[in-house]
Amino acid sequence: MVAVTSTARRQGVRRPGGRQALRLVVLVVIVAVVLYPLLWMVGTSVKSQQEIVSNIGLLPQRFTPGNYTEGWSNFDLSFGRFFLNSAMVSLLTVVGNAVSCLLAAYAFARLRFRLRGIWFAVMIGTLLLPGHVLIVPQYILFRSLGLVGGDWPYLPLLIPQFLATEAFFVFLMVQFMRGIPRELDEAAKIDGASPYGTFRHVILPLSRPALVTTAIFSFIWTWNDFFRQLVFLSNLEDYTVPVALTLFIDSTGQSAVGPMFAMSVLSLLPVFLFFLAFQRMLVEGINTSGLKG
Amino acid sequence: MALTTAPGRTGPTRSARPHASRRGAGRDRHGEGLAGYVFLSPWLIGLMGVTAIPMLLSLYLSFTNYDILTPLSEVQWVGLANYERMFTADPSYWHAVRVTLTFALVAVPLKLAAALGVALLLNRAWRGVGLFRGLFYLPSLLGGSVALAIVWVNMFNRDGAFNSFLAIFGIEGLPWVNDPEWALETLMLLAIWQFGAPMVIFLAGLKQVPSELYEAASVDGAGRVSQFWHVTLPMLSPVIFFNLVLETINGFQGFTAAFVLSNGTGGPVDSTLMYTLKLYISGFTDLEMGYASAMAWVFLIVIALITTVFFSTGRFWVHYSDGER
Repeated sequence: MVAVTSTARRQGVRRPGGRQALRLVVLVVIVAVVLYPLLWMVGTSVKSQQEIVSNIGLLPQRFTPGNYTEGWSNFDLSFGRFFLNSAMVSLLTVVGNAVSCLLAAYAFARLRFRLRGIWFAVMIGTLLLPGHVLIVPQYILFRSLGLVGGDWPYLPLLIPQFLATEAFFVFLMVQFMRGIPRELDEAAKIDGASPYGTFRHVILPLSRPALVTTAIFSFIWTWNDFFRQLVFLSNLEDYTVPVALTLFIDSTGQSAVGPMFAMSVLSLLPVFLFFLAFQRMLVEGINTSGLKG
Repeated sequence: MALTTAPGRTGPTRSARPHASRRGAGRDRHGEGLAGYVFLSPWLIGLMGVTAIPMLLSLYLSFTNYDILTPLSEVQWVGLANYERMFTADPSYWHAVRVTLTFALVAVPLKLAAALGVALLLNRAWRGVGLFRGLFYLPSLLGGSVALAIVWVNMFNRDGAFNSFLAIFGIEGLPWVNDPEWALETLMLLAIWQFGAPMVIFLAGLKQVPSELYEAASVDGAGRVSQFWHVTLPMLSPVIFFNLVLETINGFQGFTAAFVLSNGTGGPVDSTLMYTLKLYISGFTDLEMGYASAMAWVFLIVIALITTVFFSTGRFWVHYSDGER
């Protein structure tokens, strides 16, 4: 018995080295496979048209930045316009989500009012409601209000975001606020603070981490979103980046592949920078709430 | 935060029994009931205007022949005609159902298996784990975009990177994305490639498994494989359940990549006609919004049913350790 445990222990000390090395090799191989498409995308974006077909390697033999300038001015409007449109929609969505979801979350997490339990259950129910189900009637409603293709065609994209319809963020913030010690609210209340004062002076400053997580995810999701933007934007000058990118598919002769890849790389750049800056926070964000990726 | 302790506006009974007074007489002394609705009002307006009313409108429209061109007031009630057509007279509808089910049934389990496998590899803490975790997570952030779908489609073209890779082994590849037999598989691969998000959730779950359980199991003579089946999997079942529900529902809604691959048609030969793409084509290309609404309602009911099935079967295989729920 003693002998058995001692060999087991000796193995336990010796073997992890080898096992760890094997594990590392496997992980490196998986990372290579996972990152390959991204590297290939960047490589292809700086290859000349002939090389895209002939050169199968990641790196170009001749660095061809021309794809970027060509793609940038490939359509009647410069791609810069589409980037500005996307940036505006995404940033306003961030503001809308942060404000409206925080207000709703405060009510759910801290205030007592009639039917709170029912509304909370409804909110949880909308968590799993697929957006595609609502797109047709929303389109009809916004169109009947004259907002589709109107003077400012982004309203149908933005109005829902200012009305806390992204239940994921409400839920995330409710979870976060439940972690804020109630004694702080109670103390503020004893000081005579109203629910508004408590919100302003206790909950708002302490909710910053949840706000930052919400802001980052809402930016990235809106920047990547295609379905709603495809449905609601119909004029070239209003197009956002994802909708504009599909114009390349329509016009694909082989000649467009380089510029198309160049613009694809540029379009992913903001998300990638966010990833670099906030990697830890993003990973922890999906942990606390189980956000969709 | 100015939180000076002001002297006794609230009596000693309150501080002695804070819970009782919070629930009882002091319940609304600070106008909480009203404040609750003030803070909730944007959400409530959104719930009504952006969610509930559109849902009811779409239910009504699903019994009409509404197209966007005729005004709502002149819409014609057609009874169950849209539903009849969907189930009996539109083969491409059933095609879309089959494509979507195939996609979800194959891609979701494989994606979760990949996520769990890599999470297990990463679980033992050592330096570099954060870097790996980040790199694996990156595709989940980028993968849903049009840009990545474009790259993916080109990678599985006749001249794409995948065929160049096969050529190294002397295999001549196919134009995968143009082949009705294979187009959907390339989309499945794209979904599996984004295994990072569920992996991160698995990793967090693995961290929660008490190491005493493994020690106890190994004292009882359980090997690594048996520890995995008898300790890791049961302890992880809530997280597996969570990922399964989330990924299945996401899987049913795949749209972007199918749109990009087929240029919005669901081709080649309807092989990538995901349900949401079929819905989009009916509503916004053919402008048959009544028909599209009927499709949306069937979709909603199916998703609700699947969620219900998950939650009602969950109690047979999801193990919550005491204290949780």
